[in-house]
Amino acid sequence: MSGWIAVAAADDLEAEDVLGVSVGGRDYALYRAPDGTLSASQGFCSHEAALLADGFVVGTAIECPRHQGRFDIRTGAALNAPACVALRMYPAKEEAGQIWLNLGDTP
Amino acid sequence: MANRSYALDPAIDINQPQSVAEPSWYRTPIPRPELKALVQRDDATAGRDYALWAVLLMASGAIAVATWGSWWAVPAFLVYGVIYSSCDSRWHELSHGTPFKTRWLNEALYHVTSFMSVREGHRWRWSHARHHTHTIHVGRDPEIHGPRPTNIWGLLSGLLYLRGGLRELRSIWVHATGRILPDAALYVPKSEWPKMVLTCRIYLVLFAGLAAWCLAVGSLLPAMLIGLPRFYGGFLHYIQAMTQHLGLAEDVDDYRLSTRTVLMHRVGRFLYSNMNYHIEHHMYPMVPFYRLPALHARIAHDCPPPYPGLAAAYAEIIPTVWRQRVDAEHYAKRPLVTA
Repeated sequence: MSGWIAVAAADDLEAEDVLGVSVGGRDYALYRAPDGTLSASQGFCSHEAALLADGFVVGTAIECPRHQGRFDIRTGAALNAPACVALRMYPAKEEAGQIWLNLGDTP
Repeated sequence: MANRSYALDPAIDINQPQSVAEPSWYRTPIPRPELKALVQRDDATAGRDYALWAVLLMASGAIAVATWGSWWAVPAFLVYGVIYSSCDSRWHELSHGTPFKTRWLNEALYHVTSFMSVREGHRWRWSHARHHTHTIHVGRDPEIHGPRPTNIWGLLSGLLYLRGGLRELRSIWVHATGRILPDAALYVPKSEWPKMVLTCRIYLVLFAGLAAWCLAVGSLLPAMLIGLPRFYGGFLHYIQAMTQHLGLAEDVDDYRLSTRTVLMHRVGRFLYSNMNYHIEHHMYPMVPFYRLPALHARIAHDCPPPYPGLAAAYAEIIPTVWRQRVDAEHYAKRPLVTA
């Protein structure tokens, strides 16, 4: 799978929130920071595979709903235990009322 | 039937994350906007609660010191020890990082309350994460306090924090030497081991400093104020905490069957950080303790009736664990209602 793919309506993702999408059977998490900046990561927490879309964004951090590990939504960096491994991030953009995700050469 | 082993299954290893698959836990559905409001953290609310605790701790400690050497010291230190041991429920909440909005406040107070509670913070953070992943799943949850068949003396020794406290002191000692105990190695990632070892060494230095202080002043008083209160004053916390899961179903993927919510007086809830709303806490651990009463009201229709008090909870727990001495298959069954 490669190139930009429209994955959600831009209006479906509010500021300081997360939205889960599924592409080709894989889960991804879309984030909108308080200043409106978009970003995207793998859909599951790197700790114990909880769906990050069930968590909540506070400022520029997503908190996992299961064990409260947190990640920086701009970089994917793990901010506190039990999150220790960074999230894989994907390019995201907003265009023509849609959120687009570039999965690159994701198998 | 042969007794089951409660030792952790070595096949479930945090260093092989794919082996730690979470069961499909049942959670009462809550619309996201409502849940978003419930998970909001508030420094002011948490700060007021912790400030009140600190004031009560200092005031009761001052009274206890003033009575030292008289018989009045017995009730005075009991009160101080009970208030001090509230550190354990605070340690727990802080381990989730939920009371304060300001992250460093959660983290700093987490390590203070970990020391007060004689729980090395790094190991317990991971142990507790596993407890939430596999709540009361035998061989997976490292925090099952009532293995079957019941060890009555083991349970009673918890009133003085003897079983858990002494096990923790051994763990701190072993980890301070750089050796990792086999169970901890299964739920603490290798990347975190150096932090755990360092913290255990700091704990030993602090314990040695406390002992030196006692020797220097020729009195047990310093240890009666720091460290020992968790042992002589932990009975109320233990009585509260043992209602969480004791005597209920094992190996079920529904917190409503393995966990209790017990209604308590506001003083008890203050000391226990609202952990009496334990089904609620397990279903939605990101909700801070001060919003658990609201969460309880939101999901009560989908949960078994809460126990009206500690007496009601123990009216079930005591006969259940007594029978579990000889009947390891027995447990208290909770009724599920369909809204």
